[in-house]
Amino acid sequence: MNMELSRRTFLKTSGAGIAGTTLGAFGFSEAEAAVASAVKPFHLVNTTEARNTCTYCSVACGIIIYSKGDLRKGEKADIVHIEGDSDHPTNRGTLCPKGSALRDIVKSQTRLTQPMLRKAGSNAFEAVSWDVALDKIARAMKDDRDANFVATNSDGVTVNRWLTTGFLAASATTNETAFATYKVVRSTGILAFDNQARV
Amino acid sequence: MTNAWTDIKNTDLVIIMGGNAAEAHPCGFKWVTEAKANRGAKLIVVDPRYNRSASVADFYAPIRQGSDIAFLMGLINHCISHDKVQWEYVKPFTNATFVVREGYAYQDGLFTGYDEEKRDYNRDSWEYEIGPDGYAVVDETLQNPRCVWNLLKEHVAIYTPEMVERICGTPKEAFLKVAEMVGECSTPTKTMTSMYALGWTQHSKGSQNIRGMAMLQLILGNIGVRGGGMNALRGHSNIQGLTDLGLMSNLIPGYLNIPTQKEPDFTTYMSTRAFKPLRPNQTSYWQNYRKFFVSFMKSMYGPAATAENDWGYNYLPKLDVASYDVLRIFDMMKNGKVNLYFCQGFNPLQAFPDKGKLAAGLAKLKMLVIMDPLQTETARFWEDHGTFNKVSPADIQTEVIQLPTTCFAEDEGSLVNSGRWLQWHWPGGSPPGEAKTDIWIMAQIHLRLKELYQKEGGAFPDPIVNLNWTYKDPGEPTAEELAREMNGSVLADVYDPVDPTKKVLEAGKQLSGFGQLRDDGTTAGGCWIFSGCWTEAGNMMARRDNSDPGDAGMFLKWSFSWPANRRILYNRASCDVDGKPWDPSRKLIEWDGAKWTGYDVPDIAPTAKPRDVGPFIMNPEGTSRLWVRKMMRDGPFPVHYEPFESPVANVIAPKIRGNPVARVFPDDWKTFADIGDPAFPYAGTSYRLTEHFHYWTKNNHVNSVLQPEQFVEISEELAKDKGIELGGWVRVWSKRGELYAKAVVTKRIKPMTVDGKIVHIVGVPIHWGFVGAARKGFTANTLTPFVGDANIETPEFKAFMVNIEPSTGPVVA
Ligand code: SF4
Repeated sequence: MNMELSRRTFLKTSGAGIAGTTLGAFGFSEAEAAVASAVKPFHLVNTTEARNTCTYCSVACGIIIYSKGDLRKGEKADIVHIEGDSDHPTNRGTLCPKGSALRDIVKSQTRLTQPMLRKAGSNAFEAVSWDVALDKIARAMKDDRDANFVATNSDGVTVNRWLTTGFLAASATTNETAFATYKVVRSTGILAFDNQARV
Repeated sequence: MTNAWTDIKNTDLVIIMGGNAAEAHPCGFKWVTEAKANRGAKLIVVDPRYNRSASVADFYAPIRQGSDIAFLMGLINHCISHDKVQWEYVKPFTNATFVVREGYAYQDGLFTGYDEEKRDYNRDSWEYEIGPDGYAVVDETLQNPRCVWNLLKEHVAIYTPEMVERICGTPKEAFLKVAEMVGECSTPTKTMTSMYALGWTQHSKGSQNIRGMAMLQLILGNIGVRGGGMNALRGHSNIQGLTDLGLMSNLIPGYLNIPTQKEPDFTTYMSTRAFKPLRPNQTSYWQNYRKFFVSFMKSMYGPAATAENDWGYNYLPKLDVASYDVLRIFDMMKNGKVNLYFCQGFNPLQAFPDKGKLAAGLAKLKMLVIMDPLQTETARFWEDHGTFNKVSPADIQTEVIQLPTTCFAEDEGSLVNSGRWLQWHWPGGSPPGEAKTDIWIMAQIHLRLKELYQKEGGAFPDPIVNLNWTYKDPGEPTAEELAREMNGSVLADVYDPVDPTKKVLEAGKQLSGFGQLRDDGTTAGGCWIFSGCWTEAGNMMARRDNSDPGDAGMFLKWSFSWPANRRILYNRASCDVDGKPWDPSRKLIEWDGAKWTGYDVPDIAPTAKPRDVGPFIMNPEGTSRLWVRKMMRDGPFPVHYEPFESPVANVIAPKIRGNPVARVFPDDWKTFADIGDPAFPYAGTSYRLTEHFHYWTKNNHVNSVLQPEQFVEISEELAKDKGIELGGWVRVWSKRGELYAKAVVTKRIKPMTVDGKIVHIVGVPIHWGFVGAARKGFTANTLTPFVGDANIETPEFKAFMVNIEPSTGPVVA
């Protein structure tokens, strides 16, 4: 496909056309123009677009995310619509029942929005600050590692492993996240390291 | 996948077995539809259920879950005995001609060297005969009774169509129809593709299911060609990437290994990784292992990894067992041996077997840390949800910290699809509330831990304080910085050894590919197979030119595919020994007299002459393997083993329970139903629905509404036997737990006759739980057994035994 004539370009052009042209020029009568002027413009006209891929399965269908606000300009961006990317070789714009509802997972009522702590024996989570949460985690890691790190095995061989803490990594995160995670986890000597590949 | 989604359009026959692509990978499945519409391709589905893929198949054959190996060995037996073999492929491109050393044998379900006590083999005899020239002995005439081909013939002889019917419950006629359609693909101009997923992996012999099909594909000459291959459809959007990057107990990025304690130093570690070619002239690409390893260590530890300290070899932990996989760690947890556990975007309370055991483990932790964009059952395992999660919070002392993360729509970076394409994506929205990226969180944890070690000292701080963390903002490395690091770069100028005035590599530059990696500390590279993803030319993963020369389906300028932007692995095998495409109408690459050219990046040195160098360049043999030496724990050929819970004893080896080398923890034996246990007479299996994605879409109102009600599927015959009505409540229980659901009574499932016995199947879709937007339900893993595959510990979710009865529904407290 010629990228110059991709659907994205077409949308941009036609969107600008609707917004910026007097309808009279297309031969509309005054009455029709009055009606047309009251009609809302195409709902994606004032959005920014980001190319992404579906978060669910590894077909990895191409998607376009439409937002109000532009992250690239440092603005807040609110996602208003997600649809299939018709330039994408695998899905050519189509999405399955999961991909079609992607906006609703991003906007889910059960998205987590602040760090929470559940104390021992409690029956509820309570909000904590990032600093409190992260300091607690680092302290717990340090104490557990210092107490249980195995420097040498019973034969005196250097093994430098830490078995009382484990880390289960995500598999919908990016490679870049995964690599950062790998470095941090492995540097501690953790061997109980795994991901969703098995399930 | 060896091939790509877009390549499926090139096939003549699709076999979906061990998966349900129409339901679970809908937009990928469209390429099957393309092949059917444009090439007249046929689709075969082999599955216990007449599923959504079967509904559009040309031929459907039922099979009892857990019996795939018998079916696949039956197909191989059929192809061998009916001469449906692509001989010009098999003889030069597989190890059919290799002679196996004396001492190796197979009998009654076991190979030489079995130790019942250890549930393991001594695999020393599972090797080739090595000749006086130091190379493996081959017999081009295939006369030697110990050559792989003759051993294979003998091994599969027992799997006759009658035996397949007896074990699998597949009617003989249906099996023979599949065999006939498959056999047609043994010509050089017809190809079959295998599409499989968790229906094959989630068994105690999952790896051997896949090997079985790989062997069949080699016999048919279907590996390395357009429209062929072994196509693991895979699950989560970046499960391929996480595996490639080695986020597993025993791996280093790029399928390198974490050392074991039997390898106390780097020299010992490298001594078993020489990968000396087993035949003359062969590439045996793993000979470069040391370059990949040293460059990885330079990426991890920068200047702290030196030749003097063996590149920081002691910074790596050493294993004492094969791996600390999730099953092992939850077993340890239950036994009080784990204090602190992290779950990053993962809901193990639902995703691993035997929920009761998992919950008991979590309750013994001191601290559980959750990083997730969404609510999960794991994060709230301590919360009382009545019948759906009956616990007493006051008794659970685990501290839980739940950290909100961004999701795909709010972060930047690459994911690897099942076809190994690394596709870059851009953020579209701002994170909700205080949610942060996982990269930020991991960086914060690292920096805080490092600071504590710098201040207080403690147990071996070196690998933590020396971790290479030279990002512009150490508190939040960018996706670009990390991607460039995975690609690899030059650390010091390198000069041509022949002409020292000539600089071959310049310090500070990005590598163009893994061919430039070095083992002397002058290059760094986080993941050798990703090298080429971010070069001096920029971000190759962000490329979006969807042109497709020759309409081949390769899309070489779209994103970046590992390794080396190659779209079909082993593509040298798409040509005959002389380098001519088997099927000129489906040319992929060819030898033009001086070099390899074509639509894909050749999977061989560009000027390696045909006949000199074999197509399977990673293997020291230069060929593929029908017989895998000692590389798999449970045998060099697949054998039919029953699931650990099974309605019948193993017909071919009645004394063997399950996979004889699969690991079973001592406490778990008593949680398995006995073979043929009348208390658990029905064969259960689990699966996913197209509207749902595992347990996540519980958080999505739309998907929850699309499939709102938890149900199980049973046949009309079983419903009649048990007095169960369509839409009525049932209770389903295994030896480990129970669930309540509505009954879908369907013609999609039929009773099967297995070894003379009627076996009913109970289908249990996964999804429901006790958090999210969906109706509360029961997690399917209350039922499933705590045992995994013998090689890689994937849990046996697809075959277990249950009972069922009509019910008035759960008592909702
Ligand atoms: S839209 Fe459907 S088929 Fe495509 S990646 Fe998402 S879940 Fe998979």
